[in-house]
Amino acid sequence: MTTTTPIASGREAREHVVIRFAGDSGDGMQLTGSQFTVETALAGNDLATFPDYPAEIRAPAGTTFGVSAFQIHFGATDIRTAGDEVDVLVAMNPAALSVNLSDLRVGGTIVADSGAFTDRNLDKAGYASNPLDDGSLAPYRLLKLDISKLTLDAVSRFELGQKEALRCRNMWALGLMLWMYDRDRQATIAWLNKKFAKRPELAEANTAALNAGHAFGETAEMSAIVGYRVAPAKTEPGEYRTVSGTEALAWGLLAGVKAAGLSKLFLGSYPITPASPLLHVLAGLKAQGVVTFQAEDEIAAIGAAIGASYAGALGVTSSSGPGVALKTEALGLAIATELPLIVVNSQRAGPSTGLPTKTEQSDLYQAVYGRNADAPLLVLAAATPGDCFPVGMEAVRLATRYMTPVIVLTDGYLANAAEPWLIPDADALPAFPVRFRTDPTGFHPFLRDPKTLARPWAVPGTPGLEHRIGGIERDYDSGHIDYDPDNHERMTKVRAAKIAGLANDIPLQEVSEGEPHGKLAVVGWGSTYGSILQAVRQAREDGLDVSHIHLRYLSPFPRNLGELLQDFERVLVPEMNNGQLVTMLRAQYLLPAQGLNKIQGKPFKVREILSAIRAALEEN
Amino acid sequence: MTVATPPLQPLAPKDFASDQEVRWCPGCGDYAILKGVLKTLADLRVPRERTVFVSGIGCSSRFPYYVSSYGFHTIHGRAPTLATGVKLANPELDVWVITGDGDGLSIGGNHMLHVLRRNVNLQIILFNNEIYGLTKGQYSPTSRQGTRSPSTPAGSVDYPVSPGAFALGAGAHFIARAIDTAQPQLVGVLKRAHEHRGASFVEVFQNCVVFNDEVFADFTEKSVAAEAQLHVEHGKPLLFGKSKNRGLRMNTATLQLEVVTLGENGITERDIAVHDEKNRGLAAMLLALRPPQFPMALGVIYCDPAATYEEQVYSQIPAGASVAKAEIGKLLHQGHTWTVAG
Repeated sequence: MTTTTPIASGREAREHVVIRFAGDSGDGMQLTGSQFTVETALAGNDLATFPDYPAEIRAPAGTTFGVSAFQIHFGATDIRTAGDEVDVLVAMNPAALSVNLSDLRVGGTIVADSGAFTDRNLDKAGYASNPLDDGSLAPYRLLKLDISKLTLDAVSRFELGQKEALRCRNMWALGLMLWMYDRDRQATIAWLNKKFAKRPELAEANTAALNAGHAFGETAEMSAIVGYRVAPAKTEPGEYRTVSGTEALAWGLLAGVKAAGLSKLFLGSYPITPASPLLHVLAGLKAQGVVTFQAEDEIAAIGAAIGASYAGALGVTSSSGPGVALKTEALGLAIATELPLIVVNSQRAGPSTGLPTKTEQSDLYQAVYGRNADAPLLVLAAATPGDCFPVGMEAVRLATRYMTPVIVLTDGYLANAAEPWLIPDADALPAFPVRFRTDPTGFHPFLRDPKTLARPWAVPGTPGLEHRIGGIERDYDSGHIDYDPDNHERMTKVRAAKIAGLANDIPLQEVSEGEPHGKLAVVGWGSTYGSILQAVRQAREDGLDVSHIHLRYLSPFPRNLGELLQDFERVLVPEMNNGQLVTMLRAQYLLPAQGLNKIQGKPFKVREILSAIRAALEEN
Repeated sequence: MTVATPPLQPLAPKDFASDQEVRWCPGCGDYAILKGVLKTLADLRVPRERTVFVSGIGCSSRFPYYVSSYGFHTIHGRAPTLATGVKLANPELDVWVITGDGDGLSIGGNHMLHVLRRNVNLQIILFNNEIYGLTKGQYSPTSRQGTRSPSTPAGSVDYPVSPGAFALGAGAHFIARAIDTAQPQLVGVLKRAHEHRGASFVEVFQNCVVFNDEVFADFTEKSVAAEAQLHVEHGKPLLFGKSKNRGLRMNTATLQLEVVTLGENGITERDIAVHDEKNRGLAAMLLALRPPQFPMALGVIYCDPAATYEEQVYSQIPAGASVAKAEIGKLLHQGHTWTVAG
């Protein structure tokens, strides 16, 4: 909240705002946040979101480890992150307040449901006295409302049970926040009617709670309730929607398979947090030619995807780090048999089970190096939810053109976060049609295209091309199994050359912000994009000589990357891991790159990167 | 223009043999199974281009290299998963899974369970030799207790798994058994397996001459075969023995099968149980019989067809759905959108 100018409507103007909705994991905070996001997008603001939820589905009510939160950053300006500091914290119970208060800026607003601050809940959250009454929240603007009671009053005419009636609390809170920021309610009401189509009384009760919260803001004469106005952002003209990384990736893969001219997209997957939503989204696209298979385990999921690719579909498998580990041997088979395959890794904090619902970027080594033997493949990473769409398409293009597995790295944050997205023109998307081999003349399964070094895709069902492939090394000249040592070396080298040569078929690395030379390059990959970009922009506004370079292609690197980085005095590599890209850059280019590492299961704050930029430049 | 349909040429097993040199040990039972499969393919005149052999790892899993159809030699235990993907991508393909007792019931036991319960329309031939061959002789999950091997010098202590009982428990709708060298029966069983719509599970008793020679001799040896083998046929009494004078009777007091002899104690053919392929309870009992007390049941022990997995998967997909026809633009514009004016 950078400016405070009272305006004619009686609302104060704000350039950008961060709201965090926090409550029990059963309080519906993710839905509340998602609906606020929809209404905010429809109001024309730019925005970014950060859903943060516990691993337990319904942790014991009122406990700190059961707190679920949804943060949204929206504004009239270009919004790139979910925000460093929270301006408004909606706390549905004491635990939600206790867990999230440290992120609220001094002077920020707390909207608390005093009805949930019972002795029992205070005790569970570790409060000796009620913070709403003991003066400990003095540094903040406190809005103490008995939302529980106000909700019960609002829905009393529907004669719901106490439990069901209280479930409408989140809609009351949403209604109040929608009033405070001058947003519509229509999309939410339509959504409620659809969600509760089979129980219209619940749709009506939730709508009543929503309206009551909204009316409360309008009529209550309380000094802490101030209406704000956040002007629409100046964005590129066109038609927009909100999109999560999962949706964008699903649609990008589908668009890619269509661009490749294939008739089927096959997904083999086994449920795992935070990757399962991709299975859910693709399972809803059957009418578009998608076949999904919920396998018995991670290995079966990739096995079936390889089988599908072998049979002429585009095989995709999706998981998170621990599941990808299980797929490793099969991935080697896809490399050996040179079949197209896409492996999506929605990374989470590890090793082992780690923090299943928290985000991390710690599977880069696994993606690039994590297989037995010399087993190169292509690794791509998406930077933003919307970027998952072109990355999905690009993965299909390269997998089919080079007959290779491709690993696409996203993470828990990208998979769940949403942003406004300028809908691409579907008619202007690229096409890269695949040609199955049909001509038996001179055919053998490992006959390579001299340019791409890719082998032909010869699909069962094609007369005259019957052949056998498998994991045993194959003779370079005939494709038959072969144990000859020289041939193995030749095949190892050609597999490596094929992937290395792919660098000639990907765009040169560009600079996201700043000059292509200078004192400091901040090099990132994946979901750190927004934080790094914002930090570099602020540093440049402060006159610092710094540029932002963000990598989509992680193996192989773009062919100009080494030269580009040589033109900077220093290289800083922020990563949500203990230092992985940084060592790859050091190893490949012999650069003294420095790491900036955050391994807390949370995205970088802009100021954390900004201070690292300052520190790196001061060291000069 | 008229196109004359050329008369069908009879196909010979060699038409389905690949040009690769077969590399099993001399005397290996796998040769006999290969011969039986090639004859089956030739007799059925299957189109080579639509036939796919998928295998895992082990001696048996080299099999696809020796058949001139499409073939995929995959990784240990995972053949059913790749085969499932092949069938889901193109249900028109005719898929055979080749596996062994280690590949299919140890490292790949989970996948065997699921491919059977899903009832994917394919044929599974499990070569059971009760030993690990390719890794040089360790005991396997079907090895009998006390099997001495390099990894169990004092004899194995694990109880073995019975492949047929496993398949039945997994929900298989077709279970058959054959002996590697008993060609006419093997070919007959394979033809039935091919004809069956759904997952067909065929256990073949395969002799490993190097590491487990004659492990099935108690019922495969010529001298004992007639008394130790029961060749079941749907609708026919469960009779066996050189002069077909012994049979299985259902003891209604113990609810178990028992061996009886025709003509003894007033036993007539009417006392003998009649084989019913669709009777799951009978199948369970037949699969549990072991020599020397009982004959080994061979042939099609259970066959009770049900809707296949891929039929059911495709019943949820609109006919003719294809990504090529996917309306990407429509998809992207679904839901809430808003327009920013230029």
